Amino acid sequence: MKCEEVSKGLIAYVDGRANPAERSLVDAHLAACAACRTRAEEFRNVWSVLDEVPAVDPSFAFDARVRQRIAAEPRRRWFEWFVPQPRLALSVALLMALTVWVVKAPMSHLGSANTAAARQQEDFNAIKDLGVLENYDVLTKFDALSELPASGTEQPEKTSPGGQTTND
Amino acid sequence: MTRSDVQLMLDVKAGDDASFDFLLQKYRSPLVHFLNRMVRDTATAEDLAQEVFLRVYRARKQYTPSAKFTTWLFRIATNLALNSVRDTRYQKLEVPIDAPTDSEDAAPRELPAREMRIDEFMVERDRAEIIRRAINSLPEKQRAAVLLHKYEEMDYFEIAGILDCSEGALKSLLFRAYETLRVQLAPLVTQPVERRAREGRPS
Repeated sequence: MKCEEVSKGLIAYVDGRANPAERSLVDAHLAACAACRTRAEEFRNVWSVLDEVPAVDPSFAFDARVRQRIAAEPRRRWFEWFVPQPRLALSVALLMALTVWVVKAPMSHLGSANTAAARQQEDFNAIKDLGVLENYDVLTKFDALSELPASGTEQPEKTSPGGQTTND
Repeated sequence: MTRSDVQLMLDVKAGDDASFDFLLQKYRSPLVHFLNRMVRDTATAEDLAQEVFLRVYRARKQYTPSAKFTTWLFRIATNLALNSVRDTRYQKLEVPIDAPTDSEDAAPRELPAREMRIDEFMVERDRAEIIRRAINSLPEKQRAAVLLHKYEEMDYFEIAGILDCSEGALKSLLFRAYETLRVQLAPLVTQPVERRAREGRPS
């Protein structure tokens, strides 16, 4: 192992939190490297020097002050129990709005569908007798008498100079 | 049967205020110790520690045991302390708003003491004060890491959870912090040896 790699593991080695594998690797390196051995010793010294700083305990009024601050927290009003969180309340409101929209939307769609059906019925009624109307139209325009050849007033066929017969 | 911290917190969530009192008594001292070392002001440390408990109490209904209780507790405390340190710094010093933000490696600007050599402080003959100043001269995140590691005796996994970094990053952070302390506190480390030598006592 290189000194650089070992140095990063020295803290865990000194504080005793290195696992046995890491510890044996560092041990092996320290046995061969005087510089790292010195540094490990210095870290160990710093570790013990840091113990010289006394801790400052909380004051006697600490607990009372915490309870006082908790008691001073604004109480929730009765209706807020039904609205545990503003975000939840907003979500519920949005969900309700969406539900109303979904319920309403098919109804308006249904209305337009009804209108379309009525229009279809109208169209159907209009074309229901279309065959009859068509026949009526044909019949009213059909002049059977005009189709019959007039027996007494038959005109002679014109003959062209080439012997071809033409009808006017 | 001893209830775990998580169980106690779940009981608090269910409305048991006695469990909250139990947690308060259990963790008030570690929190005040930690915060006092972070902010170096007893009144501020107490106020912040109370704020931590207040936040825990406020959040009781939403509590889910996703991590160790202490990780959650000290994460709140660390964030409050870091904010307080930054706020205090900006109150005390006129720092340009566009000055580079302090990363964990950046030199802390709030401490005039950092510019002095440790041997200049030796005249004070107050070893504890010198050690406090040395800790305080560390960048904030390194300071929090050292305090949680050395004084709260937390494992790497938990400290990494509190500081929101990987264990590898935490080890690097701790190494840099202890390296700084090793250099700064060297006179304190050798002093007892020299004194013993002067006094003719075996080391």
